[in-house]
Amino acid sequence: MPSEPVSESDVVMSQEQAILNSPTPGQGATNVYELVNVTKTYNATKRKVTALDNVTLSIPNGQMVAIQGPTGGGKSTLLQMLGALDRPTSGDVSLGSSLLSKLGDHKLAEIRAKEIGFVFQSFNLIPTLTALENVETALAPLHVSGAERRDRSQAALESVGLADRYTHLPAELSGGQQQRVAIARALVKSPDVLLADEPTGALDEGTRDEIMDLLEGFWREQGLTLVIVTHDSAVARRAERRLHIKAGKVRDA
Amino acid sequence: MFGTYLRRELINRRRQTIIIAIGMGLAIGLVILVNSFSAGVQNAQASVLQSVYGVGTDITISQAATPPTAGAAGGGGQGFNFGAGQGATSGGTTNLSQSRLTATRTQTVFADSQLATVKATSGVAAATGTLSLENTTFSGQIPGQAAGGTGGTGNRQGGTGTGTGTGTGGGSATGGADGAGGSAFNLDRFTVLGIDPAGDSVGPLSAVSLATGRLLTAADKGTDNAVLDSSYATSASLATGGTIAIAGTTFTIVGTVDSTSTDSATASNVYIPLDVAQTLSSNPGMLSNMYVTAASSSQVDQLAANLKTALPAATVDTQADLANTVSGSLSTASSLVANLGLWLSILVLAAAFLIAILFTISGVTRRTREFGTLKAIGWSNNRIVGQVAGESIVQGLIGGVLGIVIGVIGIIVINVISPTLSGSASTTGTGAGVAGAARRAAGAAGGAITGGGGEGGGFGQRGAGGGGFGAAAQATTNIALHAPFTIEVVLIAVGLAVLGGLLAGAIGGWRAARLRPAEALRSVG
Repeated sequence: MPSEPVSESDVVMSQEQAILNSPTPGQGATNVYELVNVTKTYNATKRKVTALDNVTLSIPNGQMVAIQGPTGGGKSTLLQMLGALDRPTSGDVSLGSSLLSKLGDHKLAEIRAKEIGFVFQSFNLIPTLTALENVETALAPLHVSGAERRDRSQAALESVGLADRYTHLPAELSGGQQQRVAIARALVKSPDVLLADEPTGALDEGTRDEIMDLLEGFWREQGLTLVIVTHDSAVARRAERRLHIKAGKVRDA
Repeated sequence: MFGTYLRRELINRRRQTIIIAIGMGLAIGLVILVNSFSAGVQNAQASVLQSVYGVGTDITISQAATPPTAGAAGGGGQGFNFGAGQGATSGGTTNLSQSRLTATRTQTVFADSQLATVKATSGVAAATGTLSLENTTFSGQIPGQAAGGTGGTGNRQGGTGTGTGTGTGGGSATGGADGAGGSAFNLDRFTVLGIDPAGDSVGPLSAVSLATGRLLTAADKGTDNAVLDSSYATSASLATGGTIAIAGTTFTIVGTVDSTSTDSATASNVYIPLDVAQTLSSNPGMLSNMYVTAASSSQVDQLAANLKTALPAATVDTQADLANTVSGSLSTASSLVANLGLWLSILVLAAAFLIAILFTISGVTRRTREFGTLKAIGWSNNRIVGQVAGESIVQGLIGGVLGIVIGVIGIIVINVISPTLSGSASTTGTGAGVAGAARRAAGAAGGAITGGGGEGGGFGQRGAGGGGFGAAAQATTNIALHAPFTIEVVLIAVGLAVLGGLLAGAIGGWRAARLRPAEALRSVG
């Protein structure tokens, strides 16, 4: 892979030894994520930047995990590893039975399409598509028929309380509503894992609690693994497990 | 999903779609217009050329005559020698008449074995040979002498020129004791073309349409049957079913022919079977011109080169060479289209493609997060590239439709205005031994149209042949330009539209494919 742009927020210069993060024992289930000695470095113009420093981490199936840490500590890079968006410089990342760190782009895209749901801080809806069509984009790579796609998407929007907003464009929806559409988009494919990247960062407090209630509800109902990156301690406190990442090192809080 | 997304993008990013479509539309419209205009000019040129060289002729072959040297004895004058007792005397007046059929003076005849050589050359689809002849009839009366008796000998020579066309000239005088007084002489002259009656799919007769009677067929081989040009037939008061005397032989007129259009003329006054023409003109097995159709229009130049090698003494002209003989505003229009039109099209097309590409790239850049998000939720690179390319191609196709509309409007405007172009398929054209099939044929056409080069009196102009008759041999033709709208034009438009769209889509898609899916997460702190 060619040299990648460096996100300044991920710059970490730590040379410390790895900290082993022993996983919190789950309900006896197998681990959905296994990270072993994962290091991610970026080549900046003059120096090498280490965003993740020899991270070993397990996340059991069905766990709700909050990831906290200062800006530039490596949260974003860790989420990219978990989301099959990028490969580590060294070490192994596996999701279920797939060794993500060794798979090609095409296969990674397939895993993202089937097994991983994403919720972003700024919702990231396609501005030209209606709420319903935005949800449908998640099913497009899965080769489901048009009718089934529509039915499932409508059901997903209904489950987030937007049954009356199918034909609205994102610009016609409030922030909270847009995030609901994004959650419907992430869940319509029934993923194993839901990764939420500051899901309440752009919302006011009232809406924040609504969205968190929604996410927590789905987590409980569907038994999926929920990983939330957040600055907000109020959000993090709702999680079963809190991870703290700083200078590329991860530890349980 | 693909269709929905594409439709939403095009509609919601209307400004970009409209700008790209208008740019492409203008460019494609211009290309259509230039293409159609050019086709119209080519048709006009072909129309001028066809009138002279015949339909379907790609190459003409002739041999130039050696220019006669001035003053050379017998440099070419025709003689009419009347021996004793040749005249028919009645009432004291002796009537003399003699008809001669000779090869056109500017032409060198060559053996028809060369036709076999031509036919054997690879790439020749069809070839036919013709023999260009002129029939000159000298007739007159000499009044009886007071004393003397019989056997007045007339010996007149008419110097003839190379001009064609018809005309009679002559003098008439009365009285006088010099033996010539009271004599009246006429010189009648017309062109005769010996053609292979079985081979009319190429060559001069293919440029004409039947007016009355029938054309010569394979069955006419060896018969004294003739086909006349209808305008000559009218002027000479001849008609189908009548007869015409050629070199003293009586031919039955089996048909008359018209030129294919008002702006053309047939190449000869009279057409007779080739073998008969060869026998009567004492040119057995000889030809003066060959007309060749190439098997493939793309091989004409190569074929011409091959023929030139096979027949080193011959003049080989292609339609392109012949097209160069077309002058006038038609030729101006042709070079305008070829130069300005072509470059303008390329320039505008390049600008339109550039606009499409730049807009697509800027669109992709603006949609970085959108594509990153789609990648994050599992869209493959192929799907995203396809989406971008699809949008570009549809924008291009909208431009194509717009281009067709613009082009059609332009074509309609041209056809309504219908500018008249004049073209002349000719050159200096005076006799004097300047030869070549093109010149001769042009002269022939000119003669029939304008009557230029009609015969003047010619007596006594002995020797030093190659006179200047036919100097005005120019077939000036006025043609209203018609720009055709063809399916080809639509295909060009669609092809260019798809090409432009693909180009922009490929470049935009390539940019989108290079985006890292992690871009979508940049907002993370």
